Amino acid sequence: MAVRTLSRPRRWSGEMRREALQGFLCISPWLVGFVAFALGPMIASAYYSLTDYRILRAPDFVGLDNYKEALTADPLFWRSFERTAVWTVATVPAGIIGSLIAAILLHQGLRGTSIYRTMYFLPSLTPTVAASLLWMWMLHPDAGVVNWLLSLVGIRGPGWLSSTKWVVPALAMISLWTGIGGGRMVIFLAGLQGIPEELYEAAEIDGAGTLRKMLHITVPLMTPTIFFNLIMGILGSFRAFDMAFLTTEGGPAYASYFFALHIYYHAFQYYSMGYACALSWFLFAIIVILTAIQFGSSRRWVFYQAVR
Amino acid sequence: MATIKVQTRFAASARSASIERSIRRGVLYVVVIVTALMFVFPYFWTVASSLKSPLELMRWPPTVIPRELHPENYPAVFKEAPFAQFLWNSSVVTASATLGQVLSALVVAYGFARLRFPARGFLFSLCLSTMILPPQVTIVPLFLLFRKMHWIDTLYPLIVPAYFGSAFSIFLLRQFIMTIPYELDEAAIIDGASRLSVLWHIIMPNSGPAIATVAVFSFLGHWNAFLEPFIFLNTNTKFTLPVGLRYLMRIPTGPGLPKDNLLMAASVMMTLPVIILFFVAQEYFVQGIVTTGLKG
Repeated sequence: MAVRTLSRPRRWSGEMRREALQGFLCISPWLVGFVAFALGPMIASAYYSLTDYRILRAPDFVGLDNYKEALTADPLFWRSFERTAVWTVATVPAGIIGSLIAAILLHQGLRGTSIYRTMYFLPSLTPTVAASLLWMWMLHPDAGVVNWLLSLVGIRGPGWLSSTKWVVPALAMISLWTGIGGGRMVIFLAGLQGIPEELYEAAEIDGAGTLRKMLHITVPLMTPTIFFNLIMGILGSFRAFDMAFLTTEGGPAYASYFFALHIYYHAFQYYSMGYACALSWFLFAIIVILTAIQFGSSRRWVFYQAVR
Repeated sequence: MATIKVQTRFAASARSASIERSIRRGVLYVVVIVTALMFVFPYFWTVASSLKSPLELMRWPPTVIPRELHPENYPAVFKEAPFAQFLWNSSVVTASATLGQVLSALVVAYGFARLRFPARGFLFSLCLSTMILPPQVTIVPLFLLFRKMHWIDTLYPLIVPAYFGSAFSIFLLRQFIMTIPYELDEAAIIDGASRLSVLWHIIMPNSGPAIATVAVFSFLGHWNAFLEPFIFLNTNTKFTLPVGLRYLMRIPTGPGLPKDNLLMAASVMMTLPVIILFFVAQEYFVQGIVTTGLKG
């Protein structure tokens, strides 16, 4: 009894109550925003996903029909899902490895490193719309600089964004251009600077070369940051919309038709809001599952340096 | 005799090791510089193309340095589309939304960092978890909500939500506020200061770098945002720059005449403020990226 009163006072003191009230007051903007712009819309979306809702007429309850239709009667559902998976595999690992290599290159103590770092970083500042426009121009099949440069070494460049085979590699190239030297590289660079020099010295005494040092010291110590960036990368690639929509609108022949485009077309081109909401829940579920898997598996391969 | 031989052999191997080292160093320099040039080359190409005439744009092989300079492409963008209006709309949205995001994040982060209240830990995790919520899940209901409020085709849907806190900014500021010694708060409270005046007189002046970081990222987010303005705006005089650039891209031109020079000029004008911001506030970029990346 005495213990209980000690650990949890039955009555709150006036001071604590006031502090709690002030606390809630402080976070109230977020709380209101959370209900108005996240929780509320999520509940509404869950309801609409069970209806046939064509904006001009009131929603008509149809149960799980939208979900059933997506899984069984909508070939573009699977097509866009497959395209998004391909996009993720094409961009996320390459982006992480690219950023890690760039960070390692910038960590060699070369003269003028801060200039190179800025040059690597600049593309990540380009607004997506500007990046899309400039690459559409650079990848122009007949007048683009990329195909001209390829022609100098005797390669006849493809139609890039108008080729079903090359559109995903082309978009991946754009996303690597904006992604490799961006925030992820800066994070890796900070991580590299946090690795104690003694570890490398000890390895050198044991006769380890550059590659061995990298594989046995750098990479294991960087796993927490790699892990964080893997989550962020996959979250980003599953929502990918802007660049594909701006450059190809999902084409040619649905070759760059990502899941987010499928949602957009149903919501704002065909105005089948109910179906679009159901689609968006598939997207959300996939993202939650992937995040959970990554957190679950992280214990096996993420190495946290013992500090303190 | 034997010792001398060993010594020379040792010296020779040391010399060859140092030669090998400088070769390696040289290769490293070449790799780093060539990749750095590859990263900035598209910028160079954008600026060069923005100064070419339509005729020169179609020339094969392309000219690397424009033969004639056509700086009038820049004012031409303003004639081709209501570009001044796009610039103005983007500036209004970015300035007011950034202000809102900083103010709300500051108050909310202060609450999470300094005040004790029930379910604080849970609410904070809830706040962080909203970061994984894809915008596609909420955009349909939000569109319907804003339509009911007659906010479609106005800038309100792009500004008002910023005043209700963004998870990223709240997280960043909370982490920072927790590093400010609590003794400063306590001293002020003993002197009779209210929580509000602690926030105003102690937390805010001590959070300069974190506030700048949040402001920089908020600026980038709102300046570059495409999806929301694209869905919530319909009339070209209401467009922000990203939507306006797409509009400019889709205006039909005369047969056979490319307008990529105008598109490149518009891209340059849209990207330039971001680059200037980067050079002015470089340290805050790095700081913001690193705090969220390493502690996240």
